[in-house]
Amino acid sequence: MKTLLVNHLCSILVLLSVTTGLCQAVEINRGMMLSHSCAGCHGTDGKSPGSIPSIEGKSAEFISKSLLEFREGKRSSTVMGRHAKGYSDEEIKLIANHFAAVK
Amino acid sequence: MNNMNRRKFLRLVGGTGSLLTLSGALISCDKGPAGSGRVIVVGGGFGGSTCARYLRKYDPTLDITLIEPAKQFTTCPFSNLVLGDMRKLADITHGYAAQTSRGNKVIHARVTQIDAAGKKLTLDNGQTLAYDRLVLSPGIDFDWTQVKGMSAEAAMQIPHAWQGGEQTTILRKQLQAMNDGGVVVIAPPGNPFRCPPGPYERASLIAHYLKQHKPKSKILILDAKEKFSKMPLFQQAWTALYGNMIEWVAGNAGGRIESIDVAGKLIHSELGNKHKADVINFIPPQKAASLVHTAGLTNEAGWCSVNQRTFESHVHPGIHIIGDAAIAGKMPKSGFAANSQGKVCAAAIVASLHGIAMPDPSYVNTCYSLVAPNYGISVAAVYRYNKEQGIYKVEGSGGVSPKDADAAFRQLEARYAAGWYDSITSDAFG
Repeated sequence: MKTLLVNHLCSILVLLSVTTGLCQAVEINRGMMLSHSCAGCHGTDGKSPGSIPSIEGKSAEFISKSLLEFREGKRSSTVMGRHAKGYSDEEIKLIANHFAAVK
Repeated sequence: MNNMNRRKFLRLVGGTGSLLTLSGALISCDKGPAGSGRVIVVGGGFGGSTCARYLRKYDPTLDITLIEPAKQFTTCPFSNLVLGDMRKLADITHGYAAQTSRGNKVIHARVTQIDAAGKKLTLDNGQTLAYDRLVLSPGIDFDWTQVKGMSAEAAMQIPHAWQGGEQTTILRKQLQAMNDGGVVVIAPPGNPFRCPPGPYERASLIAHYLKQHKPKSKILILDAKEKFSKMPLFQQAWTALYGNMIEWVAGNAGGRIESIDVAGKLIHSELGNKHKADVINFIPPQKAASLVHTAGLTNEAGWCSVNQRTFESHVHPGIHIIGDAAIAGKMPKSGFAANSQGKVCAAAIVASLHGIAMPDPSYVNTCYSLVAPNYGISVAAVYRYNKEQGIYKVEGSGGVSPKDADAAFRQLEARYAAGWYDSITSDAFG
């Protein structure tokens, strides 16, 4: 009885691991967690519908350089200097790569 | 089968049952809406609408239902521009068509009961809906007990205008009907409350309207507090733009109100002063909306204690609370904060339903205030989470606009304020 049930469980687990493969579309990475918070001002996926500049379609190098310059005060801004100070070099890279890859 | 075996048997069958359910869910993962779980989001403001949208973005197979009584949502942000005659109410009113076009169901009804143990809720249209995860973004309710004479009914004569829509229109009409030389009293509550700089932007934009149409009028701010958000920036701008039209009275200096004679429009302060006004905008003390009180999700102070990384309730597992109703560490109660929290909450729910780890969250807030059509100021911050502090501000990040900025800077921030509104409303409702 017990053996039968255990076998049954095992077959379900195998089925489970196979079917899990179908759901790999779901991905939540650090770049998303950081970048989605930019959308409040820059629009969803960085596509701004109004007067705030879009980030969508910009190269990773451009975004990265801009954020670093904002952070160091080398580029003037209204609010971006205050925001950029909240991110490390590595986080800025993740954000830049995220928006550069947005389709 | 002896007793021991029976227990083992039941345990195994129980385990098999839950595995079957789980595998069933995963199998249907590629088949569309039956997908990886049922999530119900209650409240179609900035928090709820954003969360529903990002749940779909993270997991296209989720079964998502947004429940919101109103067919359209009038934002509290930019309602001060309606009072200042700079926008119409229709400009700040948004619908839910974008949610349905992405495959989210929208039900216009009110939640009457939440069965946290049974993971289901009942609506006032008679429907009962089951969920795997529930998100509540119900906003605020008012505490009418602290100032004598005031009530929800009295708010038809003495509007709070702290929820966009009809209340905004009532206050706007009263300002239009007022004679030149009239006195407008704005009475902001103590902390915490929705949109900390809001009452002071309101004073500014009402002053902008009065300066053009009724320049002999006066605005008296009777505050429950001793200081307020962006205070030096507001006060500097008020003197520069409106002379002595706006007078602010701190709580201890007679700002705190004891009672209001609604019919006579007479205010009695805690220190015994009387103020006769032509228009009174009393913004009551606030608490989380009644829905979360009824569901037993609030603490003694009237707000919801949550895990600030996932926004899951400390009272009932499986229920997440975001936006103004939630206690979110250092984040203010703002539409922007609710938008930011909605995304983190969506990621936490999808990660949990799929059994994957959610990377560390990052949160942002940016609040623009207009002091005049071409004069904007802002406050911003970036936040992270740790176990000890909950949501904390990243050191060195954020802060307010510089005090010594020139006119071009203020004008640019006013322009960005409008751009911010376009972006955040399209992120939440577009």
